[in-house]
Amino acid sequence: MAFLSVQKVSKRFATLAAADAVDLEVPQGAFFALLGPSGCGKTTLLRMIAGFAEPDEGIITIDGAVMNGVPANKRPTNMVFQNYAIFPHLNVFDNVAYGLRKEGLGRQALRARVEAMLGTVRLEGLDGRRSDELSGGQRQRVALARALVRRPKLLLLDEPLGALDKRLREAMQVELRGLQKSLGITFLLVTHDQEEALSMADQVAVMSGGRILQIASPRALYERPNCREVADFIGEINFFHATVKSVEGETVTANAGVLGLLSIPKPNFGFGFALGDHILLALRPERITLEGGTVAGEITAASFLGERSHYQVRIAGRGEPVFVAASGPAPPGAVMLGWNPADMIALPFGA
Amino acid sequence: MKALRAYAALYLAFLYLPVLLLPLFSFNASHFIAFPLSGFTLQWYRELFADVAMLHAFGNSLEVGAVTALLSTVLGLMAARAVTRYRLKGAGAVLGFISLPLFIPDIVLGLSLLLLLGAVDFPLSLAAVVLGHVSLCLPFALTVLIARMQGFDRNLEEASADLGEGPWMTFWRLTFPLMLPGIAAALLLTFITSFDEFLLAYFLSGTEATLPVYIWGQLRFPERLPMVLALGALILLASVVVVILAEWTRNLGVSKKSVGA
Ligand SMILES: Nc1ncnc2c1ncn2[C@@H]1O[C@H](COP(=O)(O)OP(=O)(O)OP(=O)(O)O)[C@@H](O)[C@H]1O
Ligand SMILES: [Mg+2]
Repeated sequence: MAFLSVQKVSKRFATLAAADAVDLEVPQGAFFALLGPSGCGKTTLLRMIAGFAEPDEGIITIDGAVMNGVPANKRPTNMVFQNYAIFPHLNVFDNVAYGLRKEGLGRQALRARVEAMLGTVRLEGLDGRRSDELSGGQRQRVALARALVRRPKLLLLDEPLGALDKRLREAMQVELRGLQKSLGITFLLVTHDQEEALSMADQVAVMSGGRILQIASPRALYERPNCREVADFIGEINFFHATVKSVEGETVTANAGVLGLLSIPKPNFGFGFALGDHILLALRPERITLEGGTVAGEITAASFLGERSHYQVRIAGRGEPVFVAASGPAPPGAVMLGWNPADMIALPFGA
Repeated sequence: MKALRAYAALYLAFLYLPVLLLPLFSFNASHFIAFPLSGFTLQWYRELFADVAMLHAFGNSLEVGAVTALLSTVLGLMAARAVTRYRLKGAGAVLGFISLPLFIPDIVLGLSLLLLLGAVDFPLSLAAVVLGHVSLCLPFALTVLIARMQGFDRNLEEASADLGEGPWMTFWRLTFPLMLPGIAAALLLTFITSFDEFLLAYFLSGTEATLPVYIWGQLRFPERLPMVLALGALILLASVVVVILAEWTRNLGVSKKSVGA
């Protein structure tokens, strides 16, 4: 059994299902991210794992032990709160030492343990500061140190980088990732930032409306989303309507209207389908070329983003623009959009 | 502008002049409370400290005040916690009811308590006074404590639980220290309110007098008046000290950012 196992867990607030039959398996030592838009129930799920809320239905186990009914102070988890929740009446040292009372360490041992932890999160020398004398990034580290010093089996992080500016956030992403690898503690990170989830985690669960839509590695999520919502949430993507025309061996031929007939490898279909079925074909902007293709179009908007530029291209017979990401300058005049049909992701329509 | 300043001066004079007469006449070497002053004496203070009945009443007042302060602060703390931590149904109505004694005339409150205690055969005693005073003081304690508690983030208590502490240790290591200025202010405020209170004490104290009740009794004897003034002067001094202390503790830490930010 997985290290953390969430089985058919539901939680309702009045009529709203904040968690709806959630299943989750997190292996030991993993860096697991829970990704979803605001209000989809991420915090609710994390709070049930930490023990601040009880599920209405379902079972949560950690390391084989059932957690339902176990109070938060008896669970082998620690949490980094979204607002950090640093104790305002204690200094940095006492904040980090707070959770070590039960270990009954002597003065020396306690000091050594706390100092070592402060070193790990690079907070040496700030022992005596209070929370209102720290920067956002330092507070985040105190919250992290306070949780990690207890050597939890599972560390829960609720949007720990949300309050930091972009530069610091990116630096902390690398640091957190390194820390997790070196300590070997299982991390469960909640975020609504897909880049953060993809860049840090081994496994990502995409959540929406209290449900888990897909659990996969970052690459698989990007390349093989299992539904329109996941494809849409993970990065920019173009959708084209199509119908299944024929299947020959490993190749499926689909009629994609303005794009014409497309031959798509059968493995790109992650679901069962029949001839004549209405499907969606999804294509990432960077998988489209502006030249040498077969579909004529006209650039209506362009934005230069350094190594890459984003274009909106209008093609005949399609209301919304096609998004294209390309390196190098755009060719003058009309463009001919091209792609490799093997890059087309087939998705069920209306799922 | 000038008128305003004159008004302020007049107002302060009206407020404090009578109060200042108290200490003045307490050092006056005459039984008669009248100008001109006839000379300086400490005789009334000596008499005061020799008066066993007065000292006994003073002890009663301290006792009632201390128990009242403790009870209303503890009850206030629990109520403040309930109101600020949980989304209780009807919390507003309950709070309104708790605050009602603020708006009921003391004489009505006293009479109804008298009737109630009579009906349940509760003897008139200092314990009865404490009951009356707690119902009077609870709203004060509650107001101070709720204000203090609303300022702090409930994630802090969850963080404490997350770090392995149960409800009691969380209260002791986190909630109590953060609430301490509020608790101290509530204790002082309710103590002073109880210590000063006359009407309920008069109705409910039975044979044991509190200090205000004792003073009231002494006013029948004109020759005791200077001694009462001396007592009044001392109480005045103590009250000023306590109020300053209460204000000081209430603001403690608040100026250093809001709690739990
Ligand atoms: N105590 C509560 N009472 C009622 N509704 C709640 C409560 N807690 C959360 N909700 C609702 O449950 C839903 C999920 O909330 P949750 O906090 O889990 O979202 P989230 O995914 O963490 O969002 P965010 O990214 O904004 O933090 C929201 O619609 C929220 O309004
Ligand atoms: Mg949240």
